[in-house]
Amino acid sequence: MIATTIPSRTQDVTAADPIEIVETRGRGDKAFFGGIGLSGFLVLSLMAAVGVFLAYEGLAALRVAGPSFITTSTWQPDANTGGFGIAAIMPFTILIATIAVVIAAPIALGTALFITEVAPVWLRSWLIAAVDLMAAVPSVVYGLWGLFLLQGQVIGLSRWLNTWLGWFPLFSVSGADPNSPLSSASVYTASSFIAGIVVAMMVMPIQCSVMREVFSQVPVGEREGAFALGSTRWGMISVVALPFGRGGMIGGTMLGLGRALGETIAVLLIISPRFDFTFHALEAGSNSVSALIAIKYSEASDFGLSALMAAGLALFAITLTVNFVASYFIARSRSGAGSEA
Amino acid sequence: MTDIVDQATTTNQAVTTDELWAITTQVEVTSAPARPVDELWNPAGPGGRPPTPTTVRPQRPGPGTPPPIRRPIGKIGRDDVLVLLGALLSSASIALLFFGRLLPLTGRLGFVVVWFVVFIVIYGLLVSITDNRPAVVDRVMAALLTAATCIAGGALVSVVFFVILRGWRALRNTNLYTQDMSRAGPLDPLTVGGISHAIVGTLIIISMALVFTVPLALACAVFLTETRGKVTELVRSVVTAMTALPSIVAGLFIFATWVLVLGQPRSGLAAALAISIMMLPIIIRSGDVVLRLVPGNLREASAALGAPQWRTVWFVVLPTARPGLATSVILGVARGIGETAPVLLVSGITGAMNVDPRENPMMSLPLATFDFVRSPQPSLIARGFATALVLMVLVIVLFTIARILGGRPAGRLSKRQARRATNNSARDLQRIEESHSAATPTSDDHPPPPILDDLEPTGVPS
Repeated sequence: MIATTIPSRTQDVTAADPIEIVETRGRGDKAFFGGIGLSGFLVLSLMAAVGVFLAYEGLAALRVAGPSFITTSTWQPDANTGGFGIAAIMPFTILIATIAVVIAAPIALGTALFITEVAPVWLRSWLIAAVDLMAAVPSVVYGLWGLFLLQGQVIGLSRWLNTWLGWFPLFSVSGADPNSPLSSASVYTASSFIAGIVVAMMVMPIQCSVMREVFSQVPVGEREGAFALGSTRWGMISVVALPFGRGGMIGGTMLGLGRALGETIAVLLIISPRFDFTFHALEAGSNSVSALIAIKYSEASDFGLSALMAAGLALFAITLTVNFVASYFIARSRSGAGSEA
Repeated sequence: MTDIVDQATTTNQAVTTDELWAITTQVEVTSAPARPVDELWNPAGPGGRPPTPTTVRPQRPGPGTPPPIRRPIGKIGRDDVLVLLGALLSSASIALLFFGRLLPLTGRLGFVVVWFVVFIVIYGLLVSITDNRPAVVDRVMAALLTAATCIAGGALVSVVFFVILRGWRALRNTNLYTQDMSRAGPLDPLTVGGISHAIVGTLIIISMALVFTVPLALACAVFLTETRGKVTELVRSVVTAMTALPSIVAGLFIFATWVLVLGQPRSGLAAALAISIMMLPIIIRSGDVVLRLVPGNLREASAALGAPQWRTVWFVVLPTARPGLATSVILGVARGIGETAPVLLVSGITGAMNVDPRENPMMSLPLATFDFVRSPQPSLIARGFATALVLMVLVIVLFTIARILGGRPAGRLSKRQARRATNNSARDLQRIEESHSAATPTSDDHPPPPILDDLEPTGVPS
């Protein structure tokens, strides 16, 4: 039996002077903190090294190109005349990613709200698993699906959009004649629009799981308060859940944008590369930085490789900025504050 | 602590009562307030002192009044189902009418869109017959949310079934799993050649990536949860931003360092390194979340027993979070296994079996898929789909294991685990008692130790 002796109180003891509490660490703890601190430092320096080495390798090309790296749209680093730059591929990358996010974000938001608010409880865990599975499906599989199934379906939609909304630059297609029944469908294939839809399938689950996470942390008190005042379910969502989850919604959307900017294989499978930027999203041909790297690296000279590294650096800088902004929004949302405790 | 409070107050978006009142729908006033409203809000008359908030209690209904009609909550009534079915049927009929008879419209996609739009309109109209505006908005929004989920689910189902459909023909041949492509040309039938080199390559690459990442990622996740301060926050935000690192950039980084600077050959090892760079932030991030879910009272109990922090982490935190950590590792593997671009960059394409990760190209399943479908040959495309199917089955198996392991929140035990923990603590108690009674000879003035069988070990969740 373990007996705890209670110190008996004696009459003549006065209150003890306050003592200083010092946190002492034993030898084991010192080694432990040293070890995990080292691992944190290692990870940090590894991540910094990604940027540093890309910059180091890309410097040779950047020095030659100078500011024309941003203004040139062709990519011929090995020819003496053409020059090279990201003026076409970067806007194409952003166009594809924007199309993807515009398509994915509403679906992600709707699915996240459906899972947290509408779906019966037994269905929820299945839906969460399905969304997580969607995130785990390899991008090359989505690429196959887009190339062999979706492309044929989307051409009709592209033709319709071009016919009725063709006055709007985004939907106009040069070389397409909606009035001619003989016009070929090939002007609508391999477009930024189709690549954007496929990338949307990839980023939707990421956005959805961030949003769902935030909506599931809505305080029960506020939720039930709204119901107790007689609110409908949508009234509760619009007044409690959406304002609460605003940070997570913005952050999740941007996290998806960061993912969409860097997508390689699915885009590479679908697009046919071109180097003159056009806003006509439905038109055949598109490009992206990562697809360019994957196409060109094998035949590139040393200097060409350096130019590709510079393009990779530009992509890296943009995705990193987007992701930092995303994590800022996610961390600032009220939901992030609660998990610290 | 203070900055948490600051954060909470600056970004506080708490709902004001006014807003809540604005959305209420059916607050039935059972009886009129006792005093007129003007008097209630400004008791001193116009121009008097500011109004004092007053709560008015509704009066009890008299004995003769009928009880108020209860609104059914959370149940689907017969009317709801009928309205839904009616709207679905009538909108389908109208859409069919548009597409078949009235307008020159064609196409499956257009039909579905028109059907859905007409459905929403008719559904809203039907609901508005019996209910007021907020209820109509509620129903219509629920229908829209359901539609969004159906689109997402439909996409997943169509991806899975399409790949199964197209890959099935090649998948049935057993030589797919036993041969490589070194002896099979592009025109050979599906009974010759296979993807054994890609399967073996994927397994080798992913195991090496696991060996590289898991210790570092877990240590870093522990670092993020066990320490506080500016450095921790920096590491956390960098890791979070890196979770969406473009896979091609990870490949380029390894290409720049491993191949160009260090002069190593392109190989399976380089591919494993590139995939490690990609998986590392993903595992750290989810491991961090899982470790933070470990109940604080477990840590505090361990600290109160005098354990140094490393023992707390090793014997309490990590075992408690083990299923969750396994889940985050497996999810990282599922992401890494499907990456094509880094392998393409730093390993390269080959048709031959290669089990030496130190040199020569090594193939992985996604890269083989990519390589097959770039060819116009139908048989190669069928092989590509079969490879994608094998890859997807692998991912789904990993994923299912992760769900089974991670299905329980941290610290919640299964029945068998709870029984084992109970037995363990009973044994511990016995051991402590025995050593104690051996150390101190029992004297008459001490009460006898309690009988073990009566003890219910506490503190173990059942």
